[in-house]
Amino acid sequence: MEAAVERSETQEVMDESLFERATDQNGLEAEHLVRPCLTYWQDAWIRLRKNKVAILSIGILALYVAMSIVGPHMVSFEYKSIDEMNMDKAPSALHWFGTDTLGRDLWARVWVGARVSLAIGFLAATLNAFIGVCIGGVSGHFGGRVDMAIMRLIDVVSGIPYLIVAILVMVALGAGIAPLIIAMILIGWVSMARLVRGQVLQLKNQEYVLAARKLGASDTRIIFRHLIPNTMGLILTNLTMAVPYAIFTEAFLSYIGLGVQPPNASWGLLARYGSQNFRFAAWQLFIPSFFICTTMLSLYLLGDGLRDALDPKLRR
Amino acid sequence: MVRYILKRFLISLVTLLGLVTAVFFLVRMMPGDPFLSDKLTPEIRENMLRYWGFDRPLHVQYLHYLGNLIRGDLGISMHYNSVPINRLIADAFPQSADLGIRALMLAVVMGTTLGIVSALNRGRWLDYACILVAIIGVSLPDFIMGYLLQFVFGLKLKLLPIALWKGFKYTILPTIALSFYTTALLTRIMRASMLEVVHQDFIKVAKAKGLSTFQIVWRHQIRNAILPVVTLLGPITAAILTGTFVIESIYAVPGMGKYYVLGIQNLDYSQILGLTVFYGAFLVMANFAVDIVYGFIDPRIRVDRRERGA
Repeated sequence: MEAAVERSETQEVMDESLFERATDQNGLEAEHLVRPCLTYWQDAWIRLRKNKVAILSIGILALYVAMSIVGPHMVSFEYKSIDEMNMDKAPSALHWFGTDTLGRDLWARVWVGARVSLAIGFLAATLNAFIGVCIGGVSGHFGGRVDMAIMRLIDVVSGIPYLIVAILVMVALGAGIAPLIIAMILIGWVSMARLVRGQVLQLKNQEYVLAARKLGASDTRIIFRHLIPNTMGLILTNLTMAVPYAIFTEAFLSYIGLGVQPPNASWGLLARYGSQNFRFAAWQLFIPSFFICTTMLSLYLLGDGLRDALDPKLRR
Repeated sequence: MVRYILKRFLISLVTLLGLVTAVFFLVRMMPGDPFLSDKLTPEIRENMLRYWGFDRPLHVQYLHYLGNLIRGDLGISMHYNSVPINRLIADAFPQSADLGIRALMLAVVMGTTLGIVSALNRGRWLDYACILVAIIGVSLPDFIMGYLLQFVFGLKLKLLPIALWKGFKYTILPTIALSFYTTALLTRIMRASMLEVVHQDFIKVAKAKGLSTFQIVWRHQIRNAILPVVTLLGPITAAILTGTFVIESIYAVPGMGKYYVLGIQNLDYSQILGLTVFYGAFLVMANFAVDIVYGFIDPRIRVDRRERGA
């Protein structure tokens, strides 16, 4: 307390006019901060913006999301209206993506299907990843008995046939997209948890973790500020893999009658029905597959860009 | 180490017990029972249920099942004219495992190689070529990949047989179709992991010591990057070796894959449980092996806490 009083007195004595501001060779103030103070995410965004490929990927994904809203209204055909005179018609000026076996317009069906597929792909995959990262991080960081218990729980969960889980969730909550996502989360988080736990085991003996611990950082802080950002590359890669997995799990469940029901559609389901006719109506397979592929490609390249942007080791 | 392995083995058994218990009660929660058929009169249904012991309390049935399980008896199928589950598995597993091992070997070799090549050539055309293979591998799922391979190589080019399981030529297409997803997954994981490792200090040290590029990549980068691949190999091995529904049905491979789906469709309790126990045992053992291998590959990891303290 006394020291503080003393200091304020000396400050009063020393007038600012007595000092000359130091400048470097360029005439800039030397005391000026080199760069503004940024949070982890601001910094990541600045670096991501410079990556043209990643921005293009965001553009494509945004386009697909926008088209899933307006796409079905751009043609005069309803996605569920059956036309017996125009079955299995190839793409033309009338039907831009052709028609399916029941004469339904594929353009409308592809964009209606995009709603289901994108929602399930993104929601199920990100929620899975979030749960998996938290559990895997905790398991790897604490190790010992906690790790053993969590890993054996993961063994049990991944041993339960997912059809049983899906059916039980549908029985309890009814068919639909939300129960489908819940069922996929109940079984889907394990692979991410396993991967993150393996990475954390490898990283937790590194010097920066030791340094953080000696500085008194809490376990939560070590896991979420030090260990997880350093596994971001793998997490993002696995996340982009989880999206197509979610899309096709939905397709399989819908195909056997759990989940999305006809006349509703999804990309995976369209590809699945298309694959049965591809010898004479190849577009029914290739058009939905094209959208799944380009979504995956965009996600992958975006993930690659995010990896570079989020990696704390590359931070400047 | 021996003590650790013993302890780990006992815990694996407990895990398996947990899995059996969970599935036993989950299956009983499913709507319906194995004898829901229009052809059965109520009296016959009643008799069937009593014959299979479903009139007894659930916990008695559970203990009875566990008792049989300890003696290695997985029960009798309620749907396939009373075939023992043990025989069902013994007949179907060799084909599934045969196909699975081929696909797994192909996927591991291809996946890690593509991942390494792609990471070392980051941003160049070779990298993009590898990424494209990986993208196609996950974007075209097994049911599409299976049909396409069958169509191109079987029907159009007439190079390979379309289906059935009668010798080496018959194994090629299903092996490729089955390995595609795993190859793509391993390529991407390996690439990401390689790029993660490349900025580490020990790589800089190795460079500063003047080691050749080959030595740096082979002895330091790959050895440190392979861990996530090993992590995933546990569950992947269990899943691939115990058969897959789609690939086996497309190529008419007489494997186990179909029994998982049919068992659930028919609500054949003992079939579902038997297959789950079999798959679960595989999974638990594979992860057990992975945990042991961890310590050998990466000396920084000691799975047992007490060992690290010493």
